[in-house]
Amino acid sequence: MSDVRQHAEDIHGQFSDHLDVTVDDVEGRLHTLVDEYKVPMDEARRSVTNHYLEEAGLDREDISSGSSEEVSIETIDEPEQWVDLTAKVIELWEPRSDSIDQVGLVGDPTGTIKFTKWAKSELPALEEGGVYALRNVVTDEYQGRYSVKLNSTTVIEELDEELEVGDDTSEVTGALVDMQRGSGLIKRCPVEGCTRVLQNGRCSEHGEVEGEFDLRIKGVLDDGIDAHEVIFDAEATESLTGISLEEAKEMAMDALDTTIVADEIADRVLGTYYRIEGPTFGRYVLADDVGDLDGPVDGESLLIRARSM
Amino acid sequence: MSQTQLTREVARRVFATEFNDATYTFKESDDERAPNYALLPTGDRANRVFIVGTLTETEDVGDESEYWRGRVVDPTGTFFVYAGQYQPEAAAVLRDTEPPAYVSIVGKPRTYETDDGTVNVSVRPESIAVVDDATRDRWVVETATRTLDRIDAVSEWEAEQEAPEGASTAPGNEYAHMARERYDSPVENYRNAVIQALESLEDLEATA
Repeated sequence: MSDVRQHAEDIHGQFSDHLDVTVDDVEGRLHTLVDEYKVPMDEARRSVTNHYLEEAGLDREDISSGSSEEVSIETIDEPEQWVDLTAKVIELWEPRSDSIDQVGLVGDPTGTIKFTKWAKSELPALEEGGVYALRNVVTDEYQGRYSVKLNSTTVIEELDEELEVGDDTSEVTGALVDMQRGSGLIKRCPVEGCTRVLQNGRCSEHGEVEGEFDLRIKGVLDDGIDAHEVIFDAEATESLTGISLEEAKEMAMDALDTTIVADEIADRVLGTYYRIEGPTFGRYVLADDVGDLDGPVDGESLLIRARSM
Repeated sequence: MSQTQLTREVARRVFATEFNDATYTFKESDDERAPNYALLPTGDRANRVFIVGTLTETEDVGDESEYWRGRVVDPTGTFFVYAGQYQPEAAAVLRDTEPPAYVSIVGKPRTYETDDGTVNVSVRPESIAVVDDATRDRWVVETATRTLDRIDAVSEWEAEQEAPEGASTAPGNEYAHMARERYDSPVENYRNAVIQALESLEDLEATA
């Protein structure tokens, strides 16, 4: 089979659902460009694809770039890949725009990922807790975080099976180089299911409320290559600093100032190396398991490397 | 908000001898608030550094208000750290700490040109903490690793530059290129500094 024929079949495959076009038509267009006008194949494909996109009234995003492959969520590390997923809908979020039909979080045993379903794709609705085979979804990236987008070529099949969802556990090692605002002794909104952190005694949703104390650290763990944002909850903060929530409240009471807690924590943890393991939550890693890095270090193998360079 | 504000700058690991040679600074955009970078001679940019060493001397060199200078020594040289009224926590640590002590410092590189045209590089600390010797040893090994990685990247880039057909397809190494244009000292110097630093660890272990 000729090269042109192969490319023609690829392109035809992308449009066969949308247009009444034959492989020969496609091949003819490619031939004209490649053989008569000496256009490189890449450019010819692009041009022919654009022609059919226009004819079908579609966007480039709406057609698949050929075959998509079944992947696990953990392996998604590149934008604009066409993939198939088997995933459970963990959460549906409130769409922020009319162009979005549904948005939320899906998961498989290897991790979780955000998904977006566009209104114009006119796809069937996904339900929370449902397990689906999602074919032909496109990966996307925003500030290092990946998501998948469902589009008009996506095939959704509801599966009658249970799927265990794994958390996206990561391990980061580095020096704790900074503690961000909102660390130390904080107050949270007591309204059921809210838990927002109060600013000057006010919840952004429920106004002035009698807050409930909590203890946490929002820190930056830096390994010289990446700066990871890490959250330690009250329990993790206590195991890291030896300061319990009760002690923190007493400290604040004695000083008539809550900021003393953050200062004391900073004194104990800043500039120290830690190893942290836990699920990722947005751009944060939740510190479930915290270890000091105070074991001996091995400079010898490095020395061999340095000498042999 | 611009992209630069959203992304936190990584704290580079760099030995004193290389840090003090990083006299060229630049911005990546014309934006007034764009971050300032020091160009590391081993071909990377540093807006922030993390250093660990021995605080050997502190002195208040300020006139009207306190302005503390600390000398922080690593196996290859000395970092100069300056903290004044705008770094009150760091200044307090320099004031209150009795040298010698191991300290870890997160800070920003700053350059200062003297009357005779020499450019001095110093650290403006964001935080200073007193640490133990294990942290210091870990830092030496970590900094050695990161420095060797940078030197490897430069060597790779140099090899590609020399390859007859490589230039067009080689992945760029912007900062290696910039370092070659701006600095005279060969990266070999920094490899030697790494060896020196690691050997100092071995010596300590041998005598321990």
